Amino acid sequence: MIAAISLPFLSKRPIDLPPIISVQLIQIADNTNIPFAPKAKKIIEKVKKKEKEKLVSEQAPPKIVKKEKPDAVPLPDEKIKKVKKLEDKKQNPEKIENEIKQVSEFEKKELFDPNNIAALIDKSKEETAEITNKTEKITQDQDKTVDVLGLSLSEEDALKAQIFGCWSIPLGLPYDENLLVKIKLELKPDGSVIRSEILDHARMNKPGQGFYKVLAESALRAIKLCQPLRVPTTGYERWKDLQLNFDPREMLEG
Amino acid sequence: MLFRYILILLILLPFKAFSLIEVDITRGNLSPLPMAVSPLFTDNKSKEVFQKIINKKDVGSEISIIVENNLKQSGLFNPLNKDSFLQEADIAHLKPRFEDWALIKAQALITGKVTAVDGKLRVEFRMWDVLAGKEMMALAFTTVPTNWRRVGHIITDKVYERLTGEKGYFDTRIIYVAEEGPKVQRIKKLAIMDQDGFNVKYLTLGNELVLTPRFSPTNQMVTYLSYFRNLPRVYLLDIETGRQDVVGDFPGMTFAPRFSPDGKKIIMSFAKDGNSDIYTMDLENRVVARITNHPSIDTSPSFSPDGKYITFNSDRSRYQQIYIMKSDGSNVKRISFGKGLYGTPVWSPRGDLIAFTKLHKGKFYIGVMRTDGSGERLLTENFYQEAPSWSPNGRVLIFYRETKTNSKGEGFSAKLWSIDLTGYNERQVVTESDASDPSWSSLLSN
Repeated sequence: MIAAISLPFLSKRPIDLPPIISVQLIQIADNTNIPFAPKAKKIIEKVKKKEKEKLVSEQAPPKIVKKEKPDAVPLPDEKIKKVKKLEDKKQNPEKIENEIKQVSEFEKKELFDPNNIAALIDKSKEETAEITNKTEKITQDQDKTVDVLGLSLSEEDALKAQIFGCWSIPLGLPYDENLLVKIKLELKPDGSVIRSEILDHARMNKPGQGFYKVLAESALRAIKLCQPLRVPTTGYERWKDLQLNFDPREMLEG
Repeated sequence: MLFRYILILLILLPFKAFSLIEVDITRGNLSPLPMAVSPLFTDNKSKEVFQKIINKKDVGSEISIIVENNLKQSGLFNPLNKDSFLQEADIAHLKPRFEDWALIKAQALITGKVTAVDGKLRVEFRMWDVLAGKEMMALAFTTVPTNWRRVGHIITDKVYERLTGEKGYFDTRIIYVAEEGPKVQRIKKLAIMDQDGFNVKYLTLGNELVLTPRFSPTNQMVTYLSYFRNLPRVYLLDIETGRQDVVGDFPGMTFAPRFSPDGKKIIMSFAKDGNSDIYTMDLENRVVARITNHPSIDTSPSFSPDGKYITFNSDRSRYQQIYIMKSDGSNVKRISFGKGLYGTPVWSPRGDLIAFTKLHKGKFYIGVMRTDGSGERLLTENFYQEAPSWSPNGRVLIFYRETKTNSKGEGFSAKLWSIDLTGYNERQVVTESDASDPSWSSLLSN
């Protein structure tokens, strides 16, 4: 009856992309138009901490630009290898559809249908093919553009404000548990969602973690309800992949 | 050497492409989730059968109303007005047109059908995620037609669990003291009803005074206190069979017998040689064990759900406050330090909180605190209210409140009220007569 589709490993990359945070960004931060949250102090401290980190990173040794010369671009074959490696680590590869994933999918899979085995195999093939195609398309140009700044604080604020309005936080959540749900999105230039993926998927079916599934579903619903997301009009390469970290703890603790 | 650097770079470069922008979403709205409860479709043939057996024209529709009311009462969901529904119940159950339901802002949809199978009631229901256009849950029950109300409660429990991640509390009952007559000559009867106030039954005739009924956490047994020839006597009552046993006669003032979490003991306080202390009684061998031994007044004991600790109130520090101790009476520790008097502590079935009644500056409060006394929150304030009892999922409290019946402050009326842990969802639980001392049962269907 129970068939857990889990994505046990979708690594949180060692986010070492420290350096290139310009001072300009910090100035923009003052222009935020979102009112402070109830626990403003916490947030301010957090932001200050981040800024501190950013400054530190500015002082870090400059990037070795030379190494990004055309001859350093990975060969398509190598990239494919890399992606395949990631695939192998998944316990149950599943098709990533062009829409918000729904937990009911997993429940349906709990009712295991032997006739669907072929379809499942096909799905995983499709997925591999899809990813392979994509990796082949990565060009040197794109590689350069990815490696730039994050969203400016104003851009981030606009996106946050939009999602705040769409997210109905389930009120029955426990206060003393880890309530962080990380969702990775792939976006179209107009902000609509190509696909979404819960990063800590393994928790969805863990015993005693029923609340996590509920929370993750509510976050997915919010994204679905909000789309197209309020994304910047420029710099698509910068934000086409986006991670939203939903954490209702601040709200629940009041 | 150069080749080696290039190789390392080749390995590292793809990671750059994965670098992600992260955005923290720490706020949302806390308004109840809008959802549509479509009437459960009943075919004409089944309607005729149920009309004969339970005298209900459209039992499917009535079950959906129960579900709708339960969801609304919980404060977590907002069932939408049926007049706005665009799709017929039978078609919606087969294949909902999600665009239609999204149009009326429903985020979840419940559909179902009811059929008569060999004189029994068969209910099939599904829950759908409207925004994702997917089925979230599908279940079916078969039962005797007279259980139709319970089916509504069970469906609500399943929906609640699926959408909140914790067990529901709808297929439960509440036992309480039904009161009639003037305050000086009050008739008090033991009564039981479904948590939504329906199916009231009276368990005693009202000849004797009954007080503080409490459900066993493990089954449908109740313990309560009654005065027989002016002597306090503790009874055990089996709700299913109606069988009643006397646990024992106790001296002096006896208070609030309550079950241990395994249902094998009861814990209470009574006065021996003029001193009120806490005792337990083993229900198998009827052996009484003294738990506290202090010259102060110790009353209102309640076990933690794991049975390792007991909370109680005592005036050993001059004013009445809440204490906890190990179940053998050792390691007594005061946990309430606020202004005012604290009483009737009850340990939550989740184990995380203790509910209490507080009296401060002439007002009564129902509140909760953590088991170490921190995080005190007062949920509701009134002229007179007390005796909180937890729902089996530890999310809602039921208590009773006395109010003056006219503006001159004459007369009084006692009613049951419920409030959830947010403190926002306070509702009266409607009873036929005045009511006090409520106690919430565990889930019937588990």
